[in-house]
Amino acid sequence: MDKKTPLVEMKDIHISFGGIKAVDHVSVDLYPGEVVGLLGHNGAGKSTLIKILSGAYKADGGEIWINGEKATINNPRDARKYNIETIYQTLALADNLDSASNLFLGRELVTPLGMVDDDAMEAETRKIMGRLNPNFEKFSAPVSALSGGQRQSVAIARAVYFNAKILIMDEPTAALGPHETQMVSELIQQLKAEGIGIFLISHDIHDVMELCDRASVMKNGKLVGTVDVDSVTDDDLLGMIILGKHPHEKAEAEG
Amino acid sequence: MQDQAKKFFASLGLDTRLLGMIGALVVIWIVFGIATDGRFLSPRNFFNVSVQTASVAVMATGMVFVIVTRHIDLSVGSMLGFIGMTVAALQVQWLPQIVGLGHWSIWIIAVFAAILMGAVLGAFQGWIIGYLTVPAFIVTLGGFLIYRGAMWWVTKGQTQAPLDPTFRLLGGGAEGTLGETLSWIFGIIAAVVAVAVMLMSRRRKADHGFVVKPVWAEAIMVGLAAGLIIAFVWIMNSYPIPKGAMKRMTEARGIEYTEDLVWNHGVAIPVLILLVVTVVMTVIATRTRFGRYVYATGGNPEAAELSGINTRWLTVKIFALMGALTGIASIIASARLNAVDVGLGTLDELRVIAAAVIGGTALSGGFGTIYGAVIGALIMQSLQSGMASVGVDAPLQNIVVGFVLVFAVWVDIVYRRKTGA
Repeated sequence: MDKKTPLVEMKDIHISFGGIKAVDHVSVDLYPGEVVGLLGHNGAGKSTLIKILSGAYKADGGEIWINGEKATINNPRDARKYNIETIYQTLALADNLDSASNLFLGRELVTPLGMVDDDAMEAETRKIMGRLNPNFEKFSAPVSALSGGQRQSVAIARAVYFNAKILIMDEPTAALGPHETQMVSELIQQLKAEGIGIFLISHDIHDVMELCDRASVMKNGKLVGTVDVDSVTDDDLLGMIILGKHPHEKAEAEG
Repeated sequence: MQDQAKKFFASLGLDTRLLGMIGALVVIWIVFGIATDGRFLSPRNFFNVSVQTASVAVMATGMVFVIVTRHIDLSVGSMLGFIGMTVAALQVQWLPQIVGLGHWSIWIIAVFAAILMGAVLGAFQGWIIGYLTVPAFIVTLGGFLIYRGAMWWVTKGQTQAPLDPTFRLLGGGAEGTLGETLSWIFGIIAAVVAVAVMLMSRRRKADHGFVVKPVWAEAIMVGLAAGLIIAFVWIMNSYPIPKGAMKRMTEARGIEYTEDLVWNHGVAIPVLILLVVTVVMTVIATRTRFGRYVYATGGNPEAAELSGINTRWLTVKIFALMGALTGIASIIASARLNAVDVGLGTLDELRVIAAAVIGGTALSGGFGTIYGAVIGALIMQSLQSGMASVGVDAPLQNIVVGFVLVFAVWVDIVYRRKTGA
């Protein structure tokens, strides 16, 4: 695994909404085949930071580098060009459309005449769903008729189908039962093995300890620090989240 | 018994909403048929209702997209009047001075001018809504006032008439039809195409290994589609052209008129325009990316945005399309009356919105079909024509239509709640 060139480097990113510094000069990075957890309370700025990477927000300042090259991401279309796929906490599904239409939204398969090819999209959706969630059957129903787990698998399928290199998962297990959570964990391991870099946003420390290689903790828009998950304890992470204290600083203070 | 019926319709692939609307339409026709001793069910009346429906129905197809994306367009009636007046003045005052009175190109220029004018006005409104984020209700309410006023300024309130003779054919009437032979040819081609499209879709689904309808169900649907088209042409071809018009038409063609000579109307040109618009709009809604984005944006604007859809530009395109369709409707409305006065199109915006809503378009966004809006327009026109033919006063007609609108939406809400859609 090439550890030298980061897949993503976000440098000195900042953005304000109405005078409030939502993200205050934050730098994070991500290597291929790595899972980086983004931790913090609600409102710590982790979702905002990640929405800048996925093109939903435009940063006031700072730079994004992808594969060692400076990237310009002004909207979600740009992000998709860099193979950045996002699974939003809200899932971002159009409830009135079926799963195939949602999976291919913005990237529809078309016939040679330029017409949307629903049958081909349904066939592809059946294939990927057969892998991700074999119990999935409601292909012609609008996604509003699906269960939470089924909706989640549509959102995940959308990110996975298009060969993401960089995957952003915003609270992917928040609405799921234990069985489905296990499924997501396995999927993350599998994607990691394929060399995909994953940003995992969570406020569940156990998730992060189990799934992530490194964790970046944010508080009040600022980056508290980035640590190797193996070198810290749950309590260290909690201290970073709640007190905004870096574990090494704490160690120094105590010593 | 009820379960069996449900199963039967489910295998046909017909949704209950469509069945409900068709049921309502048939009930209206039968009730007025009885009340008028069958006059309402005569070919003559069907011909007239079809022509009277065309203008509002054309606009209603565009209103579906507007409402599906959670917008509204209150300006279409005034815009129809403004375009109608401008294009009438073009034919009556301006073009004759340039190309000469009665020149062959006048109607073509007029048609293009109407559609272009609608598209530009609509796009401008859409730009204000999409990019300046002024609510559609306000922008089009402004347009409603502005176009009605602008319409007056075009000719200082003067009524413009008569319009170009070829242009007038686009509004229907005895001459403005396909005639018997062409109507049959049109009907047969349309039926063949409809059947071919249904069979091809079936084969494509089978190729992908999807479950397809049982053969008997497919056969019924194919038979229904072809049968309805042929029946419609047959009814239109059973309405003889009245004597006065016959004398005029035979004279124009150099044929001697005798009492025995009977020509029938056939499909009216505005109805043909409506059918073409309906097919094109249905293809746009269901088979193009643009249509897919319209529904996605209506269902969840944020998700559409995050999927990389430029929802602002989409808004511009939707309103431009609405404007172009208003232009087409304006051609039909002005050509039918052979004159444009300052009242043309008054209250049409409400008829158009009502047609779309009766046709199952949800004001909360995301749901609505083109065929539904057209049937909605047909229901409204049938009600109004029916009441007029049994002698109901105009004010009472409005009261009834008002009640029907509210009732239809209530039924729709109950239906949605029950089906969970």
